[in-house]
Amino acid sequence: MTQTRNNIAFVRTADAPLLPAPRNMTGVVGWMRENLFPTPLNALASVLIGGFLIWQIWGVIDWALVRGVFFGEDREACITPPREGVQPGACWAFIGAKFHQFIYGFYPFEERWRVDVLAVVFAGLLAALAVPRVPYKLYTGITFVFGLPILAEILLYGGTFGLAAVDTNKWGGLLLTMVVAVSGIVLSLPLGVLLALGRRSEMPIVRYFCIAFIEIWRGVPLITVLFMASIMLPLFLPQGMNTDKMLRIIIGVALFSSAYMAETVRGGLQAIPKGQYEAAKALGLGYWRMTLLIILPQALKIVIPGIVNTFISLFKDTTLVLVVGLFDFLGIIQAGAADQKWVSAETARSGYFVAALVYWAFCFSVSRYSIHMERRLATGHRR
Amino acid sequence: MANAEKKALKVSDEVVIDIEGMNKWYGQFQVLRDINLTVYRGERIVICGPSGSGKSTLIRCINRLEEHQKGRIVVDGIELSNDLKKVDEVRREVGMVFQHFNLFPHLTVLENCTLAPIWVRKTPKAEAEALAMKFLTRVKIPEQALKYPGQLSGGQQQRVAIARALCMNPRVMLFDEPTSALDPEMIKEVLEVMVDLAESGMTMICVTHEMAFARQVANRVIFMDQGQIVEQNTPEEFFTNPQSDRTKLFLSQILH
Repeated sequence: MTQTRNNIAFVRTADAPLLPAPRNMTGVVGWMRENLFPTPLNALASVLIGGFLIWQIWGVIDWALVRGVFFGEDREACITPPREGVQPGACWAFIGAKFHQFIYGFYPFEERWRVDVLAVVFAGLLAALAVPRVPYKLYTGITFVFGLPILAEILLYGGTFGLAAVDTNKWGGLLLTMVVAVSGIVLSLPLGVLLALGRRSEMPIVRYFCIAFIEIWRGVPLITVLFMASIMLPLFLPQGMNTDKMLRIIIGVALFSSAYMAETVRGGLQAIPKGQYEAAKALGLGYWRMTLLIILPQALKIVIPGIVNTFISLFKDTTLVLVVGLFDFLGIIQAGAADQKWVSAETARSGYFVAALVYWAFCFSVSRYSIHMERRLATGHRR
Repeated sequence: MANAEKKALKVSDEVVIDIEGMNKWYGQFQVLRDINLTVYRGERIVICGPSGSGKSTLIRCINRLEEHQKGRIVVDGIELSNDLKKVDEVRREVGMVFQHFNLFPHLTVLENCTLAPIWVRKTPKAEAEALAMKFLTRVKIPEQALKYPGQLSGGQQQRVAIARALCMNPRVMLFDEPTSALDPEMIKEVLEVMVDLAESGMTMICVTHEMAFARQVANRVIFMDQGQIVEQNTPEEFFTNPQSDRTKLFLSQILH
């Protein structure tokens, strides 16, 4: 080569060859060797943990499928051993028998189509919003935020258009969970954004109001809020102004989560460099245009994980409405499991298993979708 | 000098910016002292001075990214005050290019350029896009229109920032150290665009350390130190025959 020991001058005359990576760093075997069995100790740990997992998973399969009771009219099926010396497993017959109640609560049987219609409209709008290819996002969004609550009021509550009125104390199950959670989510996001902007406002009265609001609601447990909304508030309101309990609960939940949402969004606002504000101002954009066109799209994108976190915890916190006598999805399963007709060793366990599965499926889908959105919206640092 | 005459000819009597006895404080610390400056239409002014001398603060006062506490600033016949409407009116007519570009990362290059014309000037979208493409062509990057700022080099980003400001058809352009954050090989492409802009007759105020640029396009060079205008002159006089000791010291430090 041109390089010699005693001469520091060097001129490259030919490019060094481009070599392939030294060994195959991909492939299942390569991955396992690197991650599961790199040393004897790690290999032992992998075998032990793997064995434990297989044992546990088999336990669940055995309980749910092999020994599970799928058919039956009452508890007899779930306490009768399927074979000699075998304990009966999960009582799916109970889930099947109570399934409609888990979904609709005590909603009158002949009126349940109204819930179905609403569910279909909700799912359709949500899909139109969630799938990026579908056009008219703005109109869909407006329909979702303003049209859907009106439709829900007409369909679920009834009393107009010849629909029989169904009092909210008959609502329950997944229907109630969804109504509380979706209203809470749809209300808390815009409210939270406004509170976050207010907390950073240059106007002291707005700022102090927002700080006080956020800190008061954040400093109170949700159960307290629910008790206040359902029991205390009617005592303070003048006679005749007694609003619906469900409505009070929804507002309580929404205000409670909006305080958390505000702090999440504020985190995003603080991450936006000062230069973005200055560039927007220098172009002559006023406060609201600057906020809506430049600042919020960036800030909200940053805090998608935080927003989704708040959504998920709100969704699960709706189970707390149980303490004020509303039967949400979990509550109605619990109530069903106490039914004399179905009481058995496995009834409650099967019910809780279903509850856990449904809550997990909802939360996990939301989480996956949010990760998808984060990737799709990542323009800032793409090279 | 023929060159100087050519430069002088372009300058009109029309006052675009008039600053009178302007003072500014950050808390107790005075950053600008008794600033008096009149800018005529078509002028190319370069402001230089050591760091912390108040050059950036001065031009940021012109579109009220910073507030002044004493004195008057009149831009295009509008006096800057707490009246937000008037401030926005001024900002519409004053384009600004920042040291760190400050492009909007969530919008494409084209959207960066059309945003303000569409939302502030109420230009129809198609017209705004045509205008944006015209200026992107002028800064020599029309082919990048659909990319995001994060996909461009620093020099390209700064040229987009210039195009974005030009899309508002400003009467004045302010440049706040536009080449200071750039890698050396990218400075030239941005300066070329600025020279081209100056030759088209745009009124410009540039805070910059590019003394070659000052020599080539400026009709006036202003030297600031400790919040004051210490010296101003034509570039020829300023560089060959500086009067104040502080100017001499500064020039000796930057012109090796």
